[in-house]
Amino acid sequence: MLEIKNLHVDLEEEEKTILKGVDLTVEAGKVHAIMGPNGSGKSTLSYVLSGKDGYEVTDGSATLDGVDILDMEPEERAAAGLFLAFQYPVEIPGVGNMTFMRTAVNSQRKAKGLDEMSAADFLKLIREKAKELKMDSDMLKRPVNVGFSGGEKKRNEILQMAMLEPKMCILDETDSGLDVDAMKLVADGVNALRQEGRGFLVITHYQRLLDHIKPDVVHIMSNGRIIKTGGPELALEVEKNGYGDLIEEVA
Amino acid sequence: MALPQAKQDATEARLAAVSRPAKGAAWAETARDVALARVRSMGLPHRRDEYWKFTTPDSLVQSEAPTAAVHVSDETNTFDDVDKLQIVFVDGVFDAAASDELTLEGVKVERLVDAVKTDIHWAKDVYGVLEERGQDPVARPLAALNTALASDGVVIHVTGKASKPINLVYHHTSDSSDAILHHVVKLDKGADLTVLENGPAAARFNKVMEVDVADGAAFHHVRTQGRDHERRAVTHLFARLGEESTFKSFTLTANGVLTRNECILELTGDNAAAHVAGACVGDGDFLHDDTVFITHDAVNCESRQVFKKVLRNGARGVFQGKILVKPDAQKTDGYQISQSLLLDGDSEFNAKPELEIYADDVACSHGSTTGAIDEEGLFYLRARGVPEDIATNLMTLAFLAEAVEEIEDESLRNIIVSRLEGWLDRRLG
Repeated sequence: MLEIKNLHVDLEEEEKTILKGVDLTVEAGKVHAIMGPNGSGKSTLSYVLSGKDGYEVTDGSATLDGVDILDMEPEERAAAGLFLAFQYPVEIPGVGNMTFMRTAVNSQRKAKGLDEMSAADFLKLIREKAKELKMDSDMLKRPVNVGFSGGEKKRNEILQMAMLEPKMCILDETDSGLDVDAMKLVADGVNALRQEGRGFLVITHYQRLLDHIKPDVVHIMSNGRIIKTGGPELALEVEKNGYGDLIEEVA
Repeated sequence: MALPQAKQDATEARLAAVSRPAKGAAWAETARDVALARVRSMGLPHRRDEYWKFTTPDSLVQSEAPTAAVHVSDETNTFDDVDKLQIVFVDGVFDAAASDELTLEGVKVERLVDAVKTDIHWAKDVYGVLEERGQDPVARPLAALNTALASDGVVIHVTGKASKPINLVYHHTSDSSDAILHHVVKLDKGADLTVLENGPAAARFNKVMEVDVADGAAFHHVRTQGRDHERRAVTHLFARLGEESTFKSFTLTANGVLTRNECILELTGDNAAAHVAGACVGDGDFLHDDTVFITHDAVNCESRQVFKKVLRNGARGVFQGKILVKPDAQKTDGYQISQSLLLDGDSEFNAKPELEIYADDVACSHGSTTGAIDEEGLFYLRARGVPEDIATNLMTLAFLAEAVEEIEDESLRNIIVSRLEGWLDRRLG
């Protein structure tokens, strides 16, 4: 599904190389986790894949179902089925959460040649999904993420994911800033979306999120490369011994 | 002090280009004579005048109106869906056929041409009077010129609660029309009226509205200045507020080569409230100037100014807003915010916020910001599949929302929002 080959990325403004040849393939229906110390390039990978400005791809490729996504605009990548759950969801004062989501859903439907969803159908759907995430209707009415707690922001990300039904979901440190209960709620939301045909790439520092979202494959990233790939046991190893040993082992 | 020769010449040239309206009753002739003398002593604005530092007045002053191609639009009038009394002016001339009959419960409406012929008329105490009060401490010669030379307009006396709004509709049909309109509104104690205005009016438009709001009365004003790209307009809104009265005005502007909206308010009765707000979207060869002067001269009054501008492709915005608190105006609550969103590096916003306070127990605040669109927010929207142009429009609407929310009436607010959305959508096409 998502195939990343030899991806090299520089920061545009600083002439600094962040990704130094990332190879990674996420198959449909699988959950891959990327772990790694601060500054290893995990978040950069998520931004580059979703099309954020400020990064320059100097080598390599990234395809979604065989289609090159690196030349696409962010909105085209989204319509192609890519979704990034932000580490820091952005507050947009003045834009209602509901308006935002309806615009997003209908923009993607339009890009796929589908009719817009009617206001009534949309309302029914979003209320249903919000209820599953224990989000009250007030959160739908408020401006996007404004005044939301950390946990509410992350739930709002998962709600968007549930509404947009992407093929490939990237979760960038979705566990950061969450207490245990909120993490469980978010993980349940993600698990409800796990299904054949949908891939997940879960970026995290800590093993604890992976207790709730069980990965099929775990990658360790360091200094812009995937240095080790293994099963869920790899995450437990990190939890026990830290990254130091692994990094040394490879070096 | 004698005027510089160049200014004097420009003033005389302009005055010579307009014929004096038909002779009216003695009071009207006096008001016009006095106004004419004011114009001559002040001289018309010049680009070196401090008050016109950011907005070149040449095209408003020159003797002939610069031509302005009529903008062909398939849009309906902004307030078509509102139950209202409609009064139509075409290139600055009253159009009886297109207007409703001038009768309205709780209100007496007349044309200015008729009122000025009446020997004893209440308008004597307002016409040119509020305009003259508004000349101090800053001269507003184009308003005085209007008082001296306006031949058309409406004169509205509100005695109770008006049963529906009055909608002044201004059509522009001639490339070279040069319109001068003067409206007078007097609200008796406890009276209540909403005035709606829309349309480009003329190639060049000079409009004055004087509003006398008696104790406990309420005046609401919502206007749109539409997408007529080449028109020029200078408008003055003068109001005097009595005790516990309310004045609320909102203006939505899209395009127009030049628009200067001045609003001069005087709070003379205790516990009065004055709110002025404006939202504007400018694209290309566009200059929009909001100039506001609010004088607090009574105790425990509140005033609010909320102005937001979104500018792109070299559009320019100006805000000059002043709150003057006189020595006895204790417990004044004054608020002023002017903000611009510049969608590119070619656009420009000039702001001159001023506070002048002589009372010691007041709360006044002001703020002004200029910024680019929030790139993080834009990326967030795009990452969810919203195309960049639509995302920009959403952010634009969000930015303007604070000003639009100043409109108290929900249905009018919705009309303004949908009009704004329509304008933004069209720009996508």
